[in-house]
Amino acid sequence: MPSLKDLRNRIASVKATQKITKAMQMVAAAKLRRAQEAAEAARPYSERMGAVLANITQAIGGGGDAPALMTGTGRDDVHLLIVCTAERGLCGGFNSQIARLARDHIRRLLADGKQVKIICVGKKGFDILRRDYASLILERVDLREVKTLGFANADAIARKVIHLFNEGGFDICTLFYSQFKSVISQIPTAQQIIPAAQASAASDTGNGGGAVYEYEPEPGEILSDLIPRNIAVQIFRALLENAAGEMGAKMSAMDNATRNAGDMINRLSITYNRQRQAQITKELIEIISGAEAL
Amino acid sequence: MAEAFKFELVSPERLLVSEQVESVVIPGAEGEMTVMAQHAPVMTTIKPGVVTVKATGGKEDRYVVFGGFADILPSGCTLLAESAVHVNDIDRADLARRIQDAKEDAADAKDDVARSRAEQFLSQLTTLEGALIPA
Repeated sequence: MPSLKDLRNRIASVKATQKITKAMQMVAAAKLRRAQEAAEAARPYSERMGAVLANITQAIGGGGDAPALMTGTGRDDVHLLIVCTAERGLCGGFNSQIARLARDHIRRLLADGKQVKIICVGKKGFDILRRDYASLILERVDLREVKTLGFANADAIARKVIHLFNEGGFDICTLFYSQFKSVISQIPTAQQIIPAAQASAASDTGNGGGAVYEYEPEPGEILSDLIPRNIAVQIFRALLENAAGEMGAKMSAMDNATRNAGDMINRLSITYNRQRQAQITKELIEIISGAEAL
Repeated sequence: MAEAFKFELVSPERLLVSEQVESVVIPGAEGEMTVMAQHAPVMTTIKPGVVTVKATGGKEDRYVVFGGFADILPSGCTLLAESAVHVNDIDRADLARRIQDAKEDAADAKDDVARSRAEQFLSQLTTLEGALIPA
């Protein structure tokens, strides 16, 4: 049985923890709003980019001059996985969910006899994947110092990926990130970015507007400029969704923690009061029985 | 008064302009072009330069863009810029850094094609700098 003093200390320490988690929750809420705004502000660009891309692929009509980044190498022996996670923990199952999806994917690919390479964006995913697949990790992109996520960050990653592709480093590239659905729900997602998934282009054929474009310079040239940019945009979008998702997950995790701390304080206070009362009663009995003995 | 059309300037980070305008001057990869309403559909890449937007009220706004492409339709014009800032907010140090990067790229280029492309980009940037300094 812990003494009264122990209980008092315990309650004080849980209260301190509760204050911290409460503060973290509020910080996460503020950051979430900013991250959400950033994600929303970036949406028009990726939407327009998708429309333009659909338009131009239609113009080229699957001709032979589409760049390799779009059509792929025609093989699927070497897979590159870009796993985007958060830089910090304490956000519930957010990081482990993404890592689990990536790990399942890796296991399946390895079982099929494919070669797998990994680029980790964010420290937490790296820490998790390092345990099992340290030899497969090519690189780790650190965004810890980055205060506000800029397009330049995504562009740098895209450049690395494209450089690797041009050297023949991989055939298929898949992006892992968490889709921000709502504050309490983030869906870990795998998205193939090289070669660009054909389904999206096919579904957009309807809204070409029927306009006959003039291209300046040639469509092929525009496309070869557009595709790398599109990859950067996809990565940027993934990073923004991740940032919003991380904050959402952190907010609900910290909300839970605050509530748990509250419950714990209640339980400890009851134990504390009961024990104090027991001690008072015991002392009274001692006094009374002492007086009776006289 | 000239007919108005919808102009949108979008960078990956945000939507900078979305309004009815009279004309827009775009630094196209193959020369500057002025876009007005009812322009024939054109898709063009753009080089680093200044976009001049003339709003319906006659007010002129200038934006600095660093590469991207424009999607022009009779009913409107969308400019997707890699990065864009208002001319008043341009950061000289940032521009200098970009020029430095371009110089390094030109120096590191492996083959002639890459080198000429990098040098072209560099000259576009320096022209841009020259145009901005007195402004």
